[in-house]
Amino acid sequence: MSHDTAISVPHGLSHITSVKLLLTVWGALMVGTALTVGVSYADLGVWALYVALAVAFVKATLVALYFMHLRYDRPFNAIIFVGCLILVALFIGFSMTDSEAYRHTMVGGQAKNVVQPDLSASAHETPVPPSPK
Amino acid sequence: MTQMNVTSGAAVSAPPHVHPKHLAHHFDTPQQQFDSGKLGIWLFLTTEILLFSGMFCAYAVYRANHPEIFLFAHHYLDKVLGGINTIVLICSSLTMAWGVRCAQLSQKRGLVICLTLTLLFAGVFLVIKGVEYSSKYEHGVFWWVHKDTTLYVPTHAPHGVEVVPSQAPTAIVVPAPATTPTNALAAQSQIPQAHVGPAGISPAWLNRSAPQPVAGFDKLVEPHNVNIFFSIYFVMTGLHGLHVIAGMVVIAWVLRRALRGEFDKDYFSPVDYVGLYWHLVDLIWIFLFPLLYLIK
Repeated sequence: MSHDTAISVPHGLSHITSVKLLLTVWGALMVGTALTVGVSYADLGVWALYVALAVAFVKATLVALYFMHLRYDRPFNAIIFVGCLILVALFIGFSMTDSEAYRHTMVGGQAKNVVQPDLSASAHETPVPPSPK
Repeated sequence: MTQMNVTSGAAVSAPPHVHPKHLAHHFDTPQQQFDSGKLGIWLFLTTEILLFSGMFCAYAVYRANHPEIFLFAHHYLDKVLGGINTIVLICSSLTMAWGVRCAQLSQKRGLVICLTLTLLFAGVFLVIKGVEYSSKYEHGVFWWVHKDTTLYVPTHAPHGVEVVPSQAPTAIVVPAPATTPTNALAAQSQIPQAHVGPAGISPAWLNRSAPQPVAGFDKLVEPHNVNIFFSIYFVMTGLHGLHVIAGMVVIAWVLRRALRGEFDKDYFSPVDYVGLYWHLVDLIWIFLFPLLYLIK
């Protein structure tokens, strides 16, 4: 469905995006980027990641729907794309629940049973190598 | 529509081969050809998404298990450069989508301008990436760590990061070795006995020279295995960069065809499909940027 009013063409191969729509989506993406970077300077704690991902999701949706034409395409293309995202969610989701299950066995970033060196400032002794016998 | 040549014993003059110029023989209509090609490129894009999702999975699992490494390592990543790169890629997506529109309207000049701008933006992206990579090398953080990576931050350290107040570097104490040398030869050795870890990291290595403290700055405690973060960083951004380069090559090919006037409102599918690929490259970066650069 081509809705370009300047040129009257018969039904073309595909919908033609108007300049206004292109620029509006571009503007929204710019705002989203500014928002993401701006929010990162604020101290949100654990929510920082979720806010950043949410904004990224909105930006990705805009790119997919309008720049990639999914909104005006045959629905099957959108079904393929969304199906792929569902598979990715399964992939990452299950992997993370799996690693969550053994996280309690991890010792502060090290592999199990590895002795952590004492890097605190209160340590003052200099280690003495064993004297040769 | 395509005409079939009828094979018979006698030589028959074939009727004229009538069909739209760009319609391939295995398609019935240009619309079917266009839709099939679109389906094909979307299937390819889903394979690309799954390719990157493997790396996102590695990122997710490793970040969940070792948050201290990510918190430490993000000091090496420049938010401003990353933000500029995001803006550059979004602009390149705009010019690419605009180029597709120009092709659909048979506007050859507009199409060429848009494709050229897309290439320029992509070039800028790669240059900024190169600057970032070279600065990583100077800091000594590639996927191996080849320098003392002690970092100094202003005294008000970010939340959640362990800091050591600035003072004269002290020797690191390690627990006494669990076992004494078992044979006479080992007992005669001048080499300090190893204390820590399966590889036997010696105290001498742990006490390796650290820069002098700087007034008003605190020293960040470097967690172990920080090079693994950078492995993930370089693989993800590196593969993305390879995709950008490949995209530039393909866009240049489409640009060449556009300059020869091969695209018009009846045939613009290469522009459209290449545009879809380029938007995917932008999409991936939209997710890479906050996950790698904006960790708090």
